[in-house]
Amino acid sequence: MEVKHLQKITIEINGEHKKFKIDPSIMLSDLLRENGYFGVKIGCRNGDCGVCTILLDGKTVKSCILYAAQAHERRVTTIEGLGDPLGIPHIIQQAFAETGAVQCGYCTPGMILSTLELLEKNLNPSDQEIKDALDGILCRCTGYVKIFDAVKLSAERLRGEN
Amino acid sequence: MTDKPSKFEGKVVAKNVLKVDAIKLAMGKPAYTADYMPPGLLHVKILNSPHAHAKITKIDVSKAEALPGVHGVLYHANTPKIIRTTAGQGYPEPSPYDDYMFDTKVRFVGDRVAAVAAETMRIAEKACELIEVEYEILPAILDFEKSRDPGAPVIHDEEEAHVPIPVFYDPKNNHMAHVDFEVGSIEKGIEEADVVIERTVYTQYSQHTPMEPHVTLAYPDDGRIIIRTSTQVPFHARRITAQTLGIPVRKIRVIKPRIGGGFGAKQEVLNEDIAALFVIRTNRPVILELSREEEFVSSRTRHPMRSRIKVGAKKDGTITVLDLEVLSNTGAYGSQGLTVMSNAGSKTLPLYKCDNVRFVGDTVYTNMPVGGAYRGYGATQSYFALETVMDEIAEKIGMDPIELRYKNHIQVGETSPVFKALGEGKEGVDQTIGSCELTECIRLGAEEINWGEPRETSEEHIKRGVGMCILMQGSSIPQIDMGAAYAKINDDGSFNLHVGATDLGTGSDTVLSQIFAEQLDIPLEDVIIYSSDTDMTPFDVGAYASSTTYLSGEAVRKAAEIIKQVIIKVAAEMMNEKKENLECQNKTIFNPDNDNSVTFGEIAKYSLYEHNQFQISSTASHVSTVSPPPFSAHFADVEVDTQTGKVKVIKYVAAVDCGTAIHPKLAEGQTEGSVLNGISYALTEEMLFNDKGKVVNPNFRQYKIYSTKDMFELKTILVPSYEPTGPFGAKSVSEISINGPLPAIANAIYDAVGVLLLYSPFTAEKVLKAIKEKEKT
Repeated sequence: MEVKHLQKITIEINGEHKKFKIDPSIMLSDLLRENGYFGVKIGCRNGDCGVCTILLDGKTVKSCILYAAQAHERRVTTIEGLGDPLGIPHIIQQAFAETGAVQCGYCTPGMILSTLELLEKNLNPSDQEIKDALDGILCRCTGYVKIFDAVKLSAERLRGEN
Repeated sequence: MTDKPSKFEGKVVAKNVLKVDAIKLAMGKPAYTADYMPPGLLHVKILNSPHAHAKITKIDVSKAEALPGVHGVLYHANTPKIIRTTAGQGYPEPSPYDDYMFDTKVRFVGDRVAAVAAETMRIAEKACELIEVEYEILPAILDFEKSRDPGAPVIHDEEEAHVPIPVFYDPKNNHMAHVDFEVGSIEKGIEEADVVIERTVYTQYSQHTPMEPHVTLAYPDDGRIIIRTSTQVPFHARRITAQTLGIPVRKIRVIKPRIGGGFGAKQEVLNEDIAALFVIRTNRPVILELSREEEFVSSRTRHPMRSRIKVGAKKDGTITVLDLEVLSNTGAYGSQGLTVMSNAGSKTLPLYKCDNVRFVGDTVYTNMPVGGAYRGYGATQSYFALETVMDEIAEKIGMDPIELRYKNHIQVGETSPVFKALGEGKEGVDQTIGSCELTECIRLGAEEINWGEPRETSEEHIKRGVGMCILMQGSSIPQIDMGAAYAKINDDGSFNLHVGATDLGTGSDTVLSQIFAEQLDIPLEDVIIYSSDTDMTPFDVGAYASSTTYLSGEAVRKAAEIIKQVIIKVAAEMMNEKKENLECQNKTIFNPDNDNSVTFGEIAKYSLYEHNQFQISSTASHVSTVSPPPFSAHFADVEVDTQTGKVKVIKYVAAVDCGTAIHPKLAEGQTEGSVLNGISYALTEEMLFNDKGKVVNPNFRQYKIYSTKDMFELKTILVPSYEPTGPFGAKSVSEISINGPLPAIANAIYDAVGVLLLYSPFTAEKVLKAIKEKEKT
């Protein structure tokens, strides 16, 4: 077996401080999946499809093109970090489920985290702002129509309407 | 414009219930093949051919085997050599057996040479580099119109190549399939016509790009192999894997967990054999995940086609002749090559009433990536020809394109000779249309797009155009496909429903639960569905041919009805009543005359614990004698920039008759997803090759599928009919709408700038070139 120099890092994942000894070449998406954050999906390993999207210090990033070491002493939010740990979904997760925005579900975590980033800044996004916020995450199932519906429903509910 | 009300009003059916797996998936719970990592997992990497056509003269795997961390290398000399097809179709398959697990010959860039299992992916990749292969390079066929030229290299020279059903097959001439029929007389049809238009169009190589590439995880289980895999066809995957390895079917259990999209790519038994054989050889769990590049290059594609069509009509719009000839490129292997080509005729030609119809279909081998099932299944390719020529006919006789369609489309109570003439590797099945709201689809779609209204553009060099087309598909393969369901009651009156049917993200677990609940008059929450596990669920052919809602749905409806009758019988015994006097409503069996009643929970407990004990259960299977077509009318409103050639969709409308939409939102979602896939197929998606047959754009940067920023107004209108042979009136919906964008956008571009594109996709370069050429003339 190859002998590797292991690097010690700490990452705050979904509010918990986690310590890892990592091979410095491991990508963040792989580290997260290996540690049970399966909501981080792999679709291209090139940063092209966006299904590995997570929040790093509150901003969406593609975790398949970031080294895990780049998350050292930073704050990661994965889809598992949304909603109540007892299984009650976040408003955005519920809205995606209700509107038919979840078909195969593979792009859904990335879409939801991008929606969260958008709505934390702007609770009244225009159609164009929604398109811009979700650009970079590909979905082959929905034609995006129901995903836009989900973002709008989420915004309404977060504004206290509907 | 909103959806029209359902003709079937149910309590659970035709309602937008919460999709049964949506919350779990939205919360990112582990649900997919790779979301399970058993300890000791080995990673598999496949070594693919760098050559389009070559003999492997020598292969040395010793250095790879010696690399620390490598647990095995598979290649032609140490694996079973059993000829088979990877096409996940019913048995015996209508696809040729022209493929081995590993062969001494490679037939396209990306063909399998060897596979390595190792402790890590990196070691497996390193080991692949250490495999020494010597090739004798053979001349390759990269142009499918030259496959049958005299002296062309023979791609399948292996003696064993054959089709397991009695159909035409001539591999010595690279001629993989041939089908033809003629009804009436083409000559007579042409004579009767006032206008005859003939045209040839070409469609390109494209790939399904499910967001989850093919992935298979297999592990040993007490002398058996459990294969957890992203498949559309778990039962065919079990059968074909057993066949490939020469082991009994009973040794294998296939489980389909949640999968990240299929679109036909996963109707192929691609990687299960390698994963299973490594389990046998290593007794360790193994995972084989294709990279995105491998998904493009080595998995499956949409068969490129040349469609040559001749249509004749009288001045009054009566169609007198339909003559379609297709040449399909199946690539290096014949997977689904016969049936995709047949469907190019069988799913298009019955749409129009016509006495004189001919279809000639040929499929040829090339040294190019392998064709396979792809949503639309051949119809997508040939609708381009049919529906653009219909517009030209309309123009020639001075008729509105929608009037031409109103006048000629098939209606309820009518039939087409094509249904009988063209089947799936055999004769088709005669059928009369039992439901059709196509006229209403055209009317409502035209209203939504403001058909015939003048349109403005912002700048002089931008031209605007509108185009339309009409479509049909099928619902299951009649007298071939079978779906089955099993149900049992639990103590509390809830039910387990086990189905072989395969949910690809389409929502079939939800739709089938709704059908079961509706038939039994119970709330959806009382149905616990479990699907697609060859040990635990009854058989189903799987998710293809637009069959699940219609076919598996009817099996589920029957299972619900049978278990209801058993429940009533037990209730009659408990109540000391005649069962004829009893009714079933709201989880209760009661006698309306005397108010005697027992609940499902009481009945379940009685039968499980008290008297004459037995498990109340039911099993039902369904095979359809017909394949009722869904219908659709599509409308595209586009802008064409005459300076750049760029085509921009402004608005797109799809009006769909899928019978009863069991779950309207899911039906809309199927339509929207299909339409968008069809639009990027029409405008941007194309696999490009170098002169050695290698794909040069196997990634999403260079192979453009639509993203949110590309979106326009996309409108679905459901126009329900009631299909008498479907569960609660349902027909299929998943495939039909991918067929529309190519012709609708071609017609819209013609309307805008007066040029008709003959080669898809309609990139800016092609459109601009066509505009320039037109300006010259």
